[in-house]
Amino acid sequence: MTAMTDTAPILEIRDLTKTFVLHTRGGASIPVLDRFSLSVDAGECVALNGPSGVGKSTVLRLIYGNYRAGGGEIRVRHAGRMVAVTDAEPRRLIDLRRHAVAYVSQFLRVIPRVPALDIVAAPLIALGCDALEAQARAGALLARLNLPERLWTLPPATFSGGEQQRVNVAVGLIAPRPLLLLDEPTASLDAGNRAVVIDLVREAVAGGAAVLGIFHDPMVREAIADRAVALSARDRQEPDQQAGEP
Amino acid sequence: MTAPPGGALGAAALPAAGLEMAVDDPSLLDADRLMVRFGARFACRDVSVRIWPGEVIAVVGESGAGKTTLLDCLSGQRAPDSGSVRYRTSAGGIIDVHQESEMVRRRLQRTEWGVVRQNPRDGLRLDISAGGNIGERLMATGHRHYGRIRAAAADWLERVELDVARLDDLPAQFSGGMQQRLQVARTLVSAPRLVFLDEPTGGLDVSVQARLLDLLRRLVAELDLAAVIVTHDLAVARLLADRMVVMQHGEIVESGLTDQVLDDPQEPYTQLLVSSVLRV
Amino acid sequence: MTDTAHAATPGLAGYNFAYLDEQTKRMIRRAILKAVAVPGYQVPFASRVMPLPYGWGTGGIQVTAAVIGPEDRLKVIDQGADDTVNAVSIRHFFARTAGVPTTTRTQDATVIQTRHRIPEAPLQRGQIMVFQVPIPEPLRWLEPREPETRRAHALADYGIMHVKLYEDIAHHGQVATSYDYPAMVAGRYLTAPSPIPRFDNPKLDRSPALMLFGAGRERRIYAIPPWTPVESLAFEDYPFEVQRWSRPCALCGATDSYLDEVVIDDQGNRRFICSDTDRCEQRRAEAAS
Repeated sequence: MTAMTDTAPILEIRDLTKTFVLHTRGGASIPVLDRFSLSVDAGECVALNGPSGVGKSTVLRLIYGNYRAGGGEIRVRHAGRMVAVTDAEPRRLIDLRRHAVAYVSQFLRVIPRVPALDIVAAPLIALGCDALEAQARAGALLARLNLPERLWTLPPATFSGGEQQRVNVAVGLIAPRPLLLLDEPTASLDAGNRAVVIDLVREAVAGGAAVLGIFHDPMVREAIADRAVALSARDRQEPDQQAGEP
Repeated sequence: MTAPPGGALGAAALPAAGLEMAVDDPSLLDADRLMVRFGARFACRDVSVRIWPGEVIAVVGESGAGKTTLLDCLSGQRAPDSGSVRYRTSAGGIIDVHQESEMVRRRLQRTEWGVVRQNPRDGLRLDISAGGNIGERLMATGHRHYGRIRAAAADWLERVELDVARLDDLPAQFSGGMQQRLQVARTLVSAPRLVFLDEPTGGLDVSVQARLLDLLRRLVAELDLAAVIVTHDLAVARLLADRMVVMQHGEIVESGLTDQVLDDPQEPYTQLLVSSVLRV
Repeated sequence: MTDTAHAATPGLAGYNFAYLDEQTKRMIRRAILKAVAVPGYQVPFASRVMPLPYGWGTGGIQVTAAVIGPEDRLKVIDQGADDTVNAVSIRHFFARTAGVPTTTRTQDATVIQTRHRIPEAPLQRGQIMVFQVPIPEPLRWLEPREPETRRAHALADYGIMHVKLYEDIAHHGQVATSYDYPAMVAGRYLTAPSPIPRFDNPKLDRSPALMLFGAGRERRIYAIPPWTPVESLAFEDYPFEVQRWSRPCALCGATDSYLDEVVIDDQGNRRFICSDTDRCEQRRAEAAS
C-alpha cells in the first residue's frame, strides 16, 4: 500500500457494476451501474451529477455497504490502508462505518423512540467517547444547526422534514471520519440552515475529509464541490422501478 | 451545554478504539456444518455460523425454517446429527460444546450463556418470587449471601424497569411483558457473554413489544453482549441486530449486514420475505 | 446383620425370621450396601407390600427386617415416643416375627427404627438408625418431574434448593423449614433427612451410628454411613440454626432437648415437655434417686 499522504486517495472505485434482479417480478433485471470508476482524495469534495434515477444514490449506498456490488471494486482508506468494501465481511463493514465512512442519507432512518440528542451522540459513543461528553458535543452541533433545544429530548419521528434532515446531517458529521457521503443534505432546508450545512461540510473538507455528495441545488454544489462527476443514463432501463429505494 | 473547542468537527481526538483489532479478534462461537434431521426433513442442513464478542445476530425465516432448532444446537440444548459447535470460554480455552459432558454444558448455560425463551412459562419459575427467579443463577453458581443476592435481584428488577416493590411477588401475577422482562433479568444477572433469545417479543402486544425491544437494545449495548436472536419479525432484526442470517427449509439462504440484507436482498426467498413486510 | 434363615430360629411359626423371605432381604441388603457406598444417593429397590398401610413405616420396616438379627435389641420410636400406637405395633411386630428383645432405652438398643426424631442420647458406634421416609426426594417441592430431579442429582445441580431457602427468608424473614431440612451428605448428594425436626440435623453430622433411610411407597433406600459429614443448607448471613425454647421441659427440666407442646386440660393450658420420652424418664429417674 502506498504511504498515507495528503493527496492519497481516500476512496477508489474501479469498474463498479450493479444490477438489481427482481426475483419477485419474474427475475426482471435492472442494470444501474456499468463499470463506473472514481477516485476521491483527502481534502476533496466531489459532486455526483446526473438526472434523477440514474443511480447516484445507489453509488453512495454501495460505498457505504448498504447495497451489494455486482462487480468491480470499492476501496476506502482506513487506518493507513486501502480496505475493500466490496465483498467485505459484515464485521469489517461495521468497523469501516464506525471509523472511516460517514453517510448522510436522504431520509432519516433511526431507531424509534430514541431522543434526537442520543441519536446524534451515538457515533461518538461507538468510538469510545464518554457519554456525557458525546451528549455535550451532540448538543453543540444541533445548536449550530438551529434545532430548537426543546426537541433534543424527543424522538425525531414527529419532526418536520427540515428538522429531521438536520438531525441526519448531525449524525453524519458528529464524528469526523475520512470519507463523508452526502445524499441531498440540504434538500429540505431553508437558506439559513443550508448555509450552516455548507459551512460544516467545508470545515470537514478543510480538516482533510474526502466528500462525495449528491447536491441537486446548483448553489450548494458551487459552494462546496471541487469538481463534479456525471453519471450517464446510457445503460439505464426502467429507472423508476429501481428496487430498494425508499 | 457548551460547545467543545473546535466545534463539532474539531480536532478533539477520539480514542483510536480497539475496533480495528476487534475485526481480527477470535470468534466467540463457531458452528460448523450443523445437520439436524427429523425423518426425511432437514431442520438444519449444513449450517455454519460464527459469532464474535459483542455482536448481535438475528436468525430470521418463517415458522418451520429451522431457526429454533439452530438456536438449540448453538446453545448446547440439542446435539446436532453432525457438525460441531465450538465456544471460546472466558478463560480462553476452546471447547467443543457437544463433545463436553452435560455438567460442563449446564455450567456454561448458567454462567457464560443465557437463554431467553419465547414463552415466559418455559423460562421462569412461576411459583417462585421475582427475586428468587433472578437470584437462582447466582445461587446455582455458589453465591451464599442472602443479602447480596437480594440486592442484586432488586438492582436487576430496576434495570429491566420493573417496580422493586414487586420483588417478592410471584411472576404468575405479572403481565406477559413484565414476565418477559423478568426473564431477561433472570438471565443477565450472572453477567453472561452470550445470550440466545427465541422470539423474545412473540405473543406480546405491539406497544409492549416496543418497550421490550428498547430494553434489550439498551442492555445489549450497555453490557457488550453477544446475542443470537431468533425472530420471524424483520423489524426486530432491523432494530437489534448487526448481522442477520436468513433461513429456509433448514438452510441459510442469505446472510450479511442487517441493513444490506433488508435493503438489497439478493436471493429470491429473501426478496419475497422483505417484500411481504407491511411498511407503515 | 447375621443371616439367619432357619425354622429353628426364633420367630413366628409359619413365617420366616423377621417376616420377609430371604430373597427379599438379600435384595434389600444389596440396595443398602450400595446406599452406604454412595452416601446420600437414593437407591431404588423393589419395595414389598407389608402388613401395614403406606405412610406407617413400610420402608423402615423392610430395612429393619433386612438388617436385624437374633442378637439385636430393637427400639422403635414415633415422634420421640416409645409408647405411641405406631411404635408399639412395629415393636410387637418384630418381637413376634423375629423374637428379638426390645427396649426403650436408647443406650441399650442396637437397632432403632424411628419416625420423625433422632434420640437425644448420643448415638454410639455399632448402632443402626432406621428412618421411615415418606418423600425421599428433597427437590420434589421445587421440581415435580422425577427425570429432572435425577438429572439434578447426577450433575450436583442444586441451585434450586437455595432458592427455596431464599423464598423462606423473603416471605417469613427466616428459614421457615422446620423439619425435613435438606442437607448435603459428604459434600455430594443433597439429601432429605426424613421429617425429623431441624433440631436433629446436627446429630446426623459425623455420627458414630449408621443411618439408613427407607421409603416404602417411593421405593428408595439411602444411607449416611458413620462419621460422614452432613451439612445443612444455609446462607452466610442466615446461618443454620436449630429451634430453641425459652423454658425447660416441664417434667424433667431439660434445657437441651426438643420439646413438644401439650394441651393438658379443657382450659387450654399448655406445657412443654420432652418429645424423647425415654430421655425424659431417665432424667426423672436420675433426679429421684
